Amino acid sequence: MDILHFLVETGFWIATIRMATPLIFGTLGELICERAGVLNLGIEGIMAAGCMAGWTWVYFGGDLWSGVLFAAFIGGLFGLLHALFTVHLGLSQHVTGLGITMLAAALSSFVFKMLLPKATTPPKIIPFANLDLPLLTDIPFVGPIIAHQSPLTLLAFFMVLVVSYLLYKTPFGLSLRMCGENPLAVEAQGLSVFTIRTVAVVAGSSLMAVGGAFLTLSAFDAFYIGMVNGRGWICIALVVFSSWKPWKALLGTLLFAAFDAMQMRVQQQSTMVIPYQFYLMLPYIFSILAMVIMSRRAAYPKALLVPFRKGER
Amino acid sequence: MLDPWPERHILPMSSVEIPALQLRNITKTFGSLVANDNISLSLSQGEMLALLGENGAGKTTLMNILFGHYVATQGEIEIYGKPLVKGSPKAALATGIGMVHQHFTLADNMTVLENIILGTEPIFSFRHHLSAARVKLLKLSMKFALHVDWNTLVKDLSIGQRQRVEILKVLYRDVKILILDEPTAVLTPQESAKLFTTLRLLTGKGLSVIFITHKLKEALSGSDRCVVLRHGRMVYETATKGIKASTLAQAMVGGTLPLIKTKHPVTFSQKLLSCSNISIRGHQHQPLLDEMNLHLLKGEILGIAGVSGNGQMQLANMLSGMQTPDSGEIELNGELITHHTPREMMSAGIGRVPEDRTATGIIGDMSVRENLALESYQEPSLSRFGLLKSRSMEAYAADLIKEFDIRCPSTETQVRNLSGGNIQKLILARVLSRKPIVLLASQPTWGLDVGATAFVHKQLIQAKREGAGILLISEDLDELLQLSDRIQVLYKGKISVPVSPDQVDAATLGLAMSGHLEEFSQKIGQSAP
Repeated sequence: MDILHFLVETGFWIATIRMATPLIFGTLGELICERAGVLNLGIEGIMAAGCMAGWTWVYFGGDLWSGVLFAAFIGGLFGLLHALFTVHLGLSQHVTGLGITMLAAALSSFVFKMLLPKATTPPKIIPFANLDLPLLTDIPFVGPIIAHQSPLTLLAFFMVLVVSYLLYKTPFGLSLRMCGENPLAVEAQGLSVFTIRTVAVVAGSSLMAVGGAFLTLSAFDAFYIGMVNGRGWICIALVVFSSWKPWKALLGTLLFAAFDAMQMRVQQQSTMVIPYQFYLMLPYIFSILAMVIMSRRAAYPKALLVPFRKGER
Repeated sequence: MLDPWPERHILPMSSVEIPALQLRNITKTFGSLVANDNISLSLSQGEMLALLGENGAGKTTLMNILFGHYVATQGEIEIYGKPLVKGSPKAALATGIGMVHQHFTLADNMTVLENIILGTEPIFSFRHHLSAARVKLLKLSMKFALHVDWNTLVKDLSIGQRQRVEILKVLYRDVKILILDEPTAVLTPQESAKLFTTLRLLTGKGLSVIFITHKLKEALSGSDRCVVLRHGRMVYETATKGIKASTLAQAMVGGTLPLIKTKHPVTFSQKLLSCSNISIRGHQHQPLLDEMNLHLLKGEILGIAGVSGNGQMQLANMLSGMQTPDSGEIELNGELITHHTPREMMSAGIGRVPEDRTATGIIGDMSVRENLALESYQEPSLSRFGLLKSRSMEAYAADLIKEFDIRCPSTETQVRNLSGGNIQKLILARVLSRKPIVLLASQPTWGLDVGATAFVHKQLIQAKREGAGILLISEDLDELLQLSDRIQVLYKGKISVPVSPDQVDAATLGLAMSGHLEEFSQKIGQSAP
């Protein structure tokens, strides 16, 4: 099968890991929100806001890392808005989330046009340089793969570790997961469901925005309208695929990205018999199949989508 | 009977000792409904108080105010002389008030340990202090004989075990005042006795206990003092010693209850239903029902006793067509119905009063009219060519509401707004109007008050007299002994030999319910003539 020889190419693996990065951030962010019982459909818009915020910061003279922080901050603000409506006012999480997506995405384009009304081609910035880790990059095969990644990718992998430690090993993580399972139990133990859920949604949204910032500060060097291109929605599917577990989320994002990277390569080798659109479709078919298989026994957070209202009968 | 409570309490108390708990003029309204009306109450250290009342009397509301789930519309609460911050379970816990809720506040997908330590640690610490927690829990569980496996997921525990976790969870907080909402609803007589021993141990150590109940026996044997609520008002208060059950009952219902003649001999001998060698296994292939055999005669009430989680749910699901047995056969009037779907079961003549009435009995957001028609809307009397006949449905609903005395503002009312008793009446109306051959009644009076319970019992007896076979699955032994013609006990999916209620008492049944099936058969063998 020489059609599969890309599997031994480093280029394929470099692309896979690079394409997985925004998805890792987004999926982790969504996972945190949903573990606390709040579906965040604002993800698509929040990622767009992250793209825009990070890029603008750097374009107007900020450095790259503070740009990432600024993107996280902006994402957190949208998260706070989402939490205000869904957690404190107990409104529909679907409607609010879609509203946030529309607002954040439109606002990003709007601000971009306001700041640079005359730009015909998107202005460029200098993005993150690739990793320079002398010892690691000397390892055969794996070394070059690591060497061609951005530091944000390293951060994404590190965040998987952080999020899973936070969720499973700390009192805050326990109370967060409990909020998604049975908020009344949290209240009965003297904790505030509102505070915990708000913190979770804000933190999750910040992560999503960092995923967006990766696109402008690392993957590309400019901001395009619509550049998130459905990645947020994929993250929501990946959270289900992962059964709400950080490590499985990592696996899911890598698998999806691998299919995406693969379709690009197979596409080039494609003959006239199979149209290239077929290959474009592959990652999505994969995600549908994977969801069907993996999520059958998924123990979803029981209080997901259920607003908590204090003192309600 | 009404006394000016506040004066009566404050005068003697303030001169003697500071009460552990003092509620002053608590009023709570939900819209136009007055759930608590000017209630004042005090509790001394080491005292065990029974809070009695029918459903909807406001007991749980009052305790939820005390624990901070609700904020009182008016009134003050003091703990050992200090005012309690309103509407904060956190403040309540910090002051030493713990509550075991009737509907457990446990997360199913988490372990016992996780459920217990939630909220007990500083929230921003970097790790759990699990070993210290385990040591403390081990001590507690030894001291109060409350044994549970810490690493099990809550969803794998029986209801009785879950309650133990709830109590441990509260004890783990070092509380001074313990509130229990209907604590014995799910326990065997032995377990209940054990619970009260535990509670006595606690009050002996200076804890104060309030338990909500509507079982008079429990209030009489367990408490130092009884307080009765009715329609949100405190109508009666007495020291428990020397008080009669009938006095309390009168205070609870505000009058006397008609006695129902419950025993009617079985006059038929036709076998309606038989289950032979039924086995059902769970996900890990553990037997949930194990070679179970039973049969039901026409006009008979067969009681199934047992602590919940011993196969009752599988038995009920199987007979309502929601679960197919792995092996064995079910026959109804000689016809095999083992693989029937729920609808086929229904049309074959099995009526279903489900255990969890709000989850599988009704559709809360739909109207009374629609819920009443749920099992018969496909019949020509209620629909034609796939269209509902709204006028017939309305008339059908109106008739049933009248016949079964369902208290609802209109047929359009959403069912979730009805009280538990009225929901159960609705379910009974829906089932009994179809004249089932076999009626499957799971926990039919669970959580109902005295009046509604009497109503349900009356309906069951009526159905029995009309020739229905009734399978009564219940955890309430008094109910089983009172109504059944024969009783069988389920324990870990195995079923005991049938026994006549005249031959056993609650204690002997409790023996079988806690797994001593052989001892049980011997004992029955001895006492049988």
